[in-house]
Amino acid sequence: MAVVVVLVVLAVGSVLFHFFSPWWWTPIASNWGYIDDTIIITFWITGVVFVAVVLFMAYCVLRFRHRAGNRAAYEPENRKLEWWLATVTAIGVAAMLAPGLFVWNRFITVPDHATDVEVVGQQWLWSFRLPGSNGKLGTAATGSIAADNALGLNKNDPNSLDDIIIEGGELHLPVGKPVKVLLRSVDVLHNFYVPEFRAKMDMVPGMETYFWFTPTRTGTFEILCAELCGVGHPQMRGTVVVEEEADYQAWLQEQPTFSQLMASGEDVQTAEN
Amino acid sequence: MVEIQSGIGTAIPPAETEDMELYHPKSWWTKYVFSQDAKIIAIQYSLTAIAIGLVALVLSWLMRLQLAFPGAFTFIDAERYYQFITMHGMIMVIYLLTALFLGGFGNYLIPLMIGARDMVFPYANMLSYWVYLLAVLVLAASFFAPGGPTGAGWTLYPPQAVLSGTPGGQDWGIILMLSSLILFIIGFTMGGLNYVVTVLQARTRGMTLMRMPLTIWGIFTATVMALLAFPALFVAAVMMLFDRVLGTSFFMPALVEMGTLLPHQGGSPLLFQHLFWFFGHPEVYIVALPAFGIVSDLISTHARKNIFGYRMMVWAIVIIGGLSFIVWAHHMYVSGMNPAFGFFFATTTLIIAVPTAIKVYNWVLTLWRGDIHLTLPMLFALAFIVTFVNGGLTGLFLGNVVVDVPLSDTMFVVAHFHMVMGIAPIMVIFGAIYHWYPKITGRMLNETMGQIHFWITFLGAYAIFFPMHYLGLMGVPRRYHEMGETIFNPPSAHMLNIFITVMALVVGAAQIVFLFNLAWSLRKGKPAGGNPWRATTLEWQTPQTPPVHGNWGKELPVVYRWAYDYSVPGAAEDFIPQNQPAPDRLSRGALA
Repeated sequence: MAVVVVLVVLAVGSVLFHFFSPWWWTPIASNWGYIDDTIIITFWITGVVFVAVVLFMAYCVLRFRHRAGNRAAYEPENRKLEWWLATVTAIGVAAMLAPGLFVWNRFITVPDHATDVEVVGQQWLWSFRLPGSNGKLGTAATGSIAADNALGLNKNDPNSLDDIIIEGGELHLPVGKPVKVLLRSVDVLHNFYVPEFRAKMDMVPGMETYFWFTPTRTGTFEILCAELCGVGHPQMRGTVVVEEEADYQAWLQEQPTFSQLMASGEDVQTAEN
Repeated sequence: MVEIQSGIGTAIPPAETEDMELYHPKSWWTKYVFSQDAKIIAIQYSLTAIAIGLVALVLSWLMRLQLAFPGAFTFIDAERYYQFITMHGMIMVIYLLTALFLGGFGNYLIPLMIGARDMVFPYANMLSYWVYLLAVLVLAASFFAPGGPTGAGWTLYPPQAVLSGTPGGQDWGIILMLSSLILFIIGFTMGGLNYVVTVLQARTRGMTLMRMPLTIWGIFTATVMALLAFPALFVAAVMMLFDRVLGTSFFMPALVEMGTLLPHQGGSPLLFQHLFWFFGHPEVYIVALPAFGIVSDLISTHARKNIFGYRMMVWAIVIIGGLSFIVWAHHMYVSGMNPAFGFFFATTTLIIAVPTAIKVYNWVLTLWRGDIHLTLPMLFALAFIVTFVNGGLTGLFLGNVVVDVPLSDTMFVVAHFHMVMGIAPIMVIFGAIYHWYPKITGRMLNETMGQIHFWITFLGAYAIFFPMHYLGLMGVPRRYHEMGETIFNPPSAHMLNIFITVMALVVGAAQIVFLFNLAWSLRKGKPAGGNPWRATTLEWQTPQTPPVHGNWGKELPVVYRWAYDYSVPGAAEDFIPQNQPAPDRLSRGALA
């Protein structure tokens, strides 16, 4: 009997925990409410299956546990039942997969008017690059990294010169505008992760990765690294501030461009000499 | 009724192979140490796996202590923490679970359950164990090497695995880890070929493939998979070793480490991930399939009822094994690979849910109208179903590509895989040990100690990993040696961490009861007799218990029926052994 009680408590308790525990996702701050919806669908379908299976087991133990003189039934197969169960399962799986793939298609289709924002990871620091007045990011390569060129921009690319560079500071984004986040790493794998945005993607040295999202509410959010990148992994934090367009423009004006940074770097060198 | 076990009444096919010539030990050394007897090798494998598994258990305690009380234990700094998680993961997955299921249970059960005298290649089988032991020693040696073991995470992703920002990256740690893996695979290949060939070539007369117990189907399929999957890891390990030692660039692109441009160029970190997971995903099923098989037999025997839908169960094992080779990149949805892959891998991954669900249904339907004896093996089997269903269902979150995006790399993943490939298979291992210990030693394990062990382990493990999913849902990343201050984490999350740690300490301590029981019952346990569970399969029909060298005395057993003739209508007993002929055709159900 203890087994029956424990199984029932386990099934019911898990459901109660789900609904009443204080631990749940953070309020969303991006357009990926679709992802949350798909998670909810999945919770319902899987939750029903879990409770059904565990309660069925509890019933079996209660009803068919050994008593003197009992004998089990002999039924090797029941094809009708097996196919029926397989079909219902397939329908349940399709009910999760279909919305999942639908949303995935949106997730990987970047809108044409999305603004490029580059995030560069290194052990254990976030840097950012925004396109300058011409709206284009210049080319960059890990091999071009130097003391005065921490992100490895191509000095001969005219698009690079007006790029805005933020080393280790905050990233600001205007609310309501889609962003294509271009991800680059100069050393090991990192992962750009803001829990409130729901999206994340690895940053891989030697290649550029991306994802897109639209910030939907203003606020200050924490950037975490979500791919093990060495001993400093948990300390690799950053901040992204989502704000109204006017505030964003004001902030943007204060940020240095690549050419300004190079010039000041030369000033420093001249002064040292 | 169906004609599933139509073997009765049909002619017994002639033996496929001659009775084998056995190597007979001439001394204590060749009998108990350099033994070629699969039963001894099985025990050697099992004891080694359990010994190194205990190291992994202690490591999990240490990392849980750090998570609950960050900073309280000064010797668990970031470096050590990452070394602990790496070694814990690798030991559990490879050196404990794989070795115990295939090297331990495979060696013990394959010859006995199919009616063979031993493995087909006993000498290679012996070598397999000694190379495995060497692999374990090399792995353990990294604890004492300069710089300590690698802290790259069990996935060993380059470039960080071979760089100085990771413990052991530029010291001995990663070199010893990769060398140990290479040795493990060499050792496993010798054993694995043995298991496959023995199942295919050495079955006794009448033991058709479709009469084999599901335990053998699980171990057999898992071994075939392992032989196909481990080479990918072997290649990846060799290439990374070259990158680290010889300065090649298989996985190393141009990169700047702490301000210095390294001489590497052109390698691909993603290539490593593809190779790793081409092994890594089948590996999940290499652990799961033997558990599936064994638990089927435990449920059937202790519910005194045939396994429901045997043929479907066999096909489900084979289909899961096949499909598991085309789902690997579901571990890489946010790796930066071409996102279009997501459609394919999400679809294949969720398709696997169907045969897996069929297995779950058939286990619980075996309980239906059974005569359920709540023995320790049955209790562990029930615990397996609960934890496996729970962990399998959360797999539907992570396999469904877009749902994986927010959950990937969080504690949700940690909770999921511990539930599904940690707790669930370990429940089966415990159930199997309680089930077969009487055959291996001739004595029963103590029931009271077993009950204590069961309840603490099952409920404690569930209490550890079920709530952990919600930490991940909240956004707590995995592989953080301390969460520190966050904007999004409520303080109560830390209370949950402390609770989980306390549970982990309790569950770990309960294993001492189990180990003590193993040792105590060896001498003091109740004598078991040859077939204490009144089971049908051949290993319970040996002339001696424990079975002696050669297993069967003069004549090999002949098999007349499938492995699941429990509670056959009209039969005097509620079980009919596989090697019992049906002169009076009392097995009516089997004929109809």
